[in-house]
Amino acid sequence: MADLLRHAWYVARKDLLIEFRSRTAILSAAVFVVLVLVVFNFGRDPTAVAAVDLAPSILWVTFTFAAVLALNRAFQLELENQALDGLLLAPIGRGSIYLGKLIANLLFVVTIETIGVPLLALFFNVRVLPMIGPLAAIIALTTIGFVAVGTLFSAMAVRTRFAELLLPVLLLPFMIPPLIWAVLATSRVLADRPLSEIAGWLKMLAAYDIVFVLLAFLLFPVTVTE
Amino acid sequence: MKLLRVGRWITAVGLLALAGVYVRAFAFTPIERFQGEAQKIYYVHVPSAVTAMIAMGLVGLAGILYLLLKDPRFDRFGEASAEVGTIFSLVMLTTGPMWAKPIWGTWWTWDARLTLTLFLFLLFIGYLVLRGAVTDPGLRARYSAVLGICGIPLLAFIHLSVYLFRTLHPQPIVLKPSAPSLPGSMLITLLLGFGVFFVLYVGFVIQRYALGYLREQLEASGGEVGHA
Repeated sequence: MADLLRHAWYVARKDLLIEFRSRTAILSAAVFVVLVLVVFNFGRDPTAVAAVDLAPSILWVTFTFAAVLALNRAFQLELENQALDGLLLAPIGRGSIYLGKLIANLLFVVTIETIGVPLLALFFNVRVLPMIGPLAAIIALTTIGFVAVGTLFSAMAVRTRFAELLLPVLLLPFMIPPLIWAVLATSRVLADRPLSEIAGWLKMLAAYDIVFVLLAFLLFPVTVTE
Repeated sequence: MKLLRVGRWITAVGLLALAGVYVRAFAFTPIERFQGEAQKIYYVHVPSAVTAMIAMGLVGLAGILYLLLKDPRFDRFGEASAEVGTIFSLVMLTTGPMWAKPIWGTWWTWDARLTLTLFLFLLFIGYLVLRGAVTDPGLRARYSAVLGICGIPLLAFIHLSVYLFRTLHPQPIVLKPSAPSLPGSMLITLLLGFGVFFVLYVGFVIQRYALGYLREQLEASGGEVGHA
């Protein structure tokens, strides 16, 4: 168990180091988030729709697209120079590779989300700070769920003919249930409703995370074994 | 090929029986008091929806068995079941709005059950697109098995969330813990509908399975195969 996590951390650190040195993906994702938030601002009539009613959907549309960008990157960079073969030859379990990729993807998406939330508060004048705790819980639980499935599918998608085009097609049906729960819970939280109203959705999100992290961990070796 | 012929016969029997169900639904089943004639579509809509769900479950089961036993027959079955399930979910998605327009006054609402069955359909589509995108048969079988297996818990979450949300969609009246709450004659028509759709599913799947087998034979002998 300790080895599994230690090896996973090596894989994650490798990915994060590559990203930290080039900073291409994180920059493009961050710029993308800013662009989406700006575009949405011109797409609404401020006298008809209150910003707080629109904010949850904007937030989650932005995060969904940014996450798909990030997930495509995860195995794309292993294709150059057959790096994936090297990774598979390394004396570490396949489970560690999955967990490492999952951790790196999670940190990547969380970074984008930490940029996105303050920008949303700024551009749309939504009160975020007083309810940052529950909001962070919703974001964390939702992100874990779809990044877990997305990491598994991106390992498959990169080796197909359509590569990055295929990932959204496979992933969206799996993203929709957690996204619906997340949007509903976010709108309650931003409207300052009592926490008891979102407890059901948080439980569903947690159940989704547990099921899909375990399932993806078990199925990942099948997708990379030759 | 024998299997293909068997599948054709079962399908023919299923189609005849489907005509029989229609006759029974229109001529020998009472008209529902509040919904009128529109309710008749129920005898096609519900069986096709349930069969599509079962088809997805069987795709997942075939995936598990393929990964355990590495038998290409399970992969072929999964492919067949997914294609037939796509058609049945398409039937569900077209008959639903046809009923909803007179009853709800709108073709579509973003209700939990509607949204999530739409995504069941997209899951089938994703499965078929994935199969089309991988050329190596072994890799294709493993990838589709993984996607099929992930579909099973997704279905479970779809079902759970239907009970969590306010919904316009009628609640189940047959497949529920207490006794079915519809008159006997309607229940019999509905059960016949279930039977017919199951026969059609079996007939279609056997035919598609046989076609998949023939295609593999052709590919193995180096023949040209059109893109699916």
